[in-house]
Amino acid sequence: MNITKLKDKVFSRAFFRGVIAISIFLIIWEVGARFESWYGYRVPWIGLIPAPSAVFESWGGLIGDPSYWMSWQMSFMRVLGGFFAAMILGIPFGLFMAVNRTFHDTAFPTFEILRPIPPLAWVPASIIFWPTAELSIAFVTFLGAFYTIVINVLGGAKSINKQYLQAAQSMGASQWDIFRRVVLPATLPSIVVGSAVGMGITWEVVVAAEMISGGGGSGGAGGGLGFFIWNSYVGGSYEQIVVGMISIGIAGYFSSEMLRNLGGFLTPWLKTR
Amino acid sequence: MNNASLQASEMTGMALTMYRISTWFKSPKPYLMLVGVGFLLAIWYLFVEVWQLPRFEDMPGLTEVVTEYFSPDPIYGLSVYTPEYYQHIGISLRRIAYAFFLATVLGVPLGLFLGWSKKFHEFIFPLFEVLRPIPILAWVPLAIIMFSGSETPVIFLTFLASFFATTLNTMLGVQSIDESYTRAARCLGANGWQTFRHVIVPGAMPYIFTGLQISIGVAWFSLVAGEMVSGQFGLGYVINTAYTMVTYPTIVIGMITLGVTGFITSTMVRMAGDFMMQWRVRELALGDN
Amino acid sequence: MSAAMNTDTNLQTNVTNVTKGAIRIEDVVKVYDPDGAAVMAVDHCSIDIPGGEICMIVGPSGCGKTTLLNAIAGFHGITSGEIYLDNELLCGPGKMQAEPGSDRIVVFQNGALFPWKSNLENVVFGPMMEGKLSKTVIYDKAIKMMADAGLGGTEHSFPGEVSSGLRRRVEIVRALMLEPKVLLFDEPYRALDSLTKSVMHEALLDIYYKNKVTIFFITHDLEEAIFLGHRLIIMSSRPCKPKKIVEVDIPHPRDYSVLTSPRFRELMEEAKGVVNEEAKKAFEAGEKEG
Repeated sequence: MNITKLKDKVFSRAFFRGVIAISIFLIIWEVGARFESWYGYRVPWIGLIPAPSAVFESWGGLIGDPSYWMSWQMSFMRVLGGFFAAMILGIPFGLFMAVNRTFHDTAFPTFEILRPIPPLAWVPASIIFWPTAELSIAFVTFLGAFYTIVINVLGGAKSINKQYLQAAQSMGASQWDIFRRVVLPATLPSIVVGSAVGMGITWEVVVAAEMISGGGGSGGAGGGLGFFIWNSYVGGSYEQIVVGMISIGIAGYFSSEMLRNLGGFLTPWLKTR
Repeated sequence: MNNASLQASEMTGMALTMYRISTWFKSPKPYLMLVGVGFLLAIWYLFVEVWQLPRFEDMPGLTEVVTEYFSPDPIYGLSVYTPEYYQHIGISLRRIAYAFFLATVLGVPLGLFLGWSKKFHEFIFPLFEVLRPIPILAWVPLAIIMFSGSETPVIFLTFLASFFATTLNTMLGVQSIDESYTRAARCLGANGWQTFRHVIVPGAMPYIFTGLQISIGVAWFSLVAGEMVSGQFGLGYVINTAYTMVTYPTIVIGMITLGVTGFITSTMVRMAGDFMMQWRVRELALGDN
Repeated sequence: MSAAMNTDTNLQTNVTNVTKGAIRIEDVVKVYDPDGAAVMAVDHCSIDIPGGEICMIVGPSGCGKTTLLNAIAGFHGITSGEIYLDNELLCGPGKMQAEPGSDRIVVFQNGALFPWKSNLENVVFGPMMEGKLSKTVIYDKAIKMMADAGLGGTEHSFPGEVSSGLRRRVEIVRALMLEPKVLLFDEPYRALDSLTKSVMHEALLDIYYKNKVTIFFITHDLEEAIFLGHRLIIMSSRPCKPKKIVEVDIPHPRDYSVLTSPRFRELMEEAKGVVNEEAKKAFEAGEKEG
């Protein structure tokens, strides 16, 4: 993307409109939070939370603090670990179900019965089962992403245009060839979409698990941004809560973007039209 | 059209459902399904109770759970015979109902406008996208600080999750409507509002309902998390308490109940969608032509 | 369904008695993305279409025919030139994009009947939105027009339940309810098999004989063009510009026997050479269909 195009995009009317809305939001927040100290009247809800300016100040202090960045690292590692485990197991599982009718009819109902159980409901069972708290978090994280990826892979594989398969067959391709050269690439876009959504879910689960195992007193793993937030709450430093929230938001957005770019790289044919 | 699909095209409602069920039973599907589920249960039984494999020995076993679940006087207090069981279910369902209803009422119109008006989208969507990546549970402390009591924060969290999912999917739905439809409407003399009412809203309906199914799943997810952390009563609370009180079979009972209620509510949403979009049901039943 | 053998002299003299719906395209240029890729789709195109004529626009895929149609319909603007409808400016200097309106209605390539409304509800859509007539009047007219077009009995079905051929006809009736001056067809029968197509053609002519409108019909099917049209305008490959005009002097009303008449074959020969030449150019340039 050349510089002029980038400049056009950044200074476009659309961009400014977005900025305006966000600014208004921040202003209302700031005024609402500070109102009590200015005029003595506590605005409901907003009046109870720290103001953006205080949050920003707090953040400035945290940037120099290594333990803050440690939290980032721990959360990221859990997310990536669980996510990749889910991909490695989920993609083949989904593809196999799409390709083999019998396996699908056997495994899918069981899968669908287990799916509505929220991953977090697995936390206690997971903690009992796995030897370390870290593994129990990893398992729950894995579950969260696993369901999404499998569903998306299945959906993608099922909607492959039959004619692609028939074309390959008529050209004399073996079963394995068809799988490798037709089914796999054709499902790739769905895998990418599933991954992006799964990544979001993974973050939700990691943060939840960190808060629960750290905050619920079940003797868990320390660290991570979720734990950071919970700790800040318990410790009474409310500005840090918001810092933590924003940090996770950024981290989550960043990882989804990276995934989308990676996906774009793997599926260049989608960029045309 | 062969005989079977000819009949199908003339059936509606109940008859169509019965027809679909009967064909399903004639296929190998139900039996394979039983094999799959049976396999899972068998593994559970064998690993925990019969062979007592290393990591599995502390887990509640199949027989233990089943006896507890169906016993009139359960050891740990919850079974299909105890009123508390249904109270917990009821409370969770009530919270879901409030949160989901509010999220739908606010999210669908917001999503529709975000998709329909470019101007509105330019203003509001960036703000929306900045707030959306923040995981729902990260809101817990803030929710506790902002709202008094223990009910409201939980409902708020559930609402938030559901709201984001509904709005986003509705917006994407509007954007997915084939532009030929809006163009045709304009040719036929419809003004902006008429196009919105007669084309955008019905056209986005299928996507809205898919979004609502996702949304209710997300709602359950958040509800359980919220209940585990800050609620009293409710299924999430049941599971968490069972864990801390070391009454493990109840954990499984809680999980199973969650699975079943989650599935039922999701199906209810889908059925509501089918009911409201008769045209789509019939179109799908007949396949592409 | 064969065309009514009408001996009304009005129909036989092609178009001189009908004054409404005349389209004049004057030196129109359309360039997409002028600051970026600058793709010229339409290159100084001028066409005069008298009111009531069936004008067939023939050309290879992707040459820009749809762009012209969209400009007339008002879905996007033109870069320069003017388009007039009955001497009123649709778009031109000072107003580069026309407004879509019920005097020029499009019948879309993949059909744009609203799937969530029944066929009848679709047909009454235009007048209902206009709000000038009472509901009963509108519905009565719709039912009558559908019956006239051979669609009686399908009123309460949904578009998704009936065949695509039938859907096209409902869409045409929907357009005619508003008594437009011009019907714009964007390769409407492209996706139909040739058997259904011939039925559609006769149905369209039948409808045309009962409702005189100007028809601007885009196709790449020569047989369809000669069978239906008063005139063929053969376009060059992108950027599109009229290359050759073929007058089809086979008298209306026509029926399928026309297809085997010697005059038909002669016209095919005349047109084919030019069309093939342009098609080859488009093929070699690797043009994507619009």
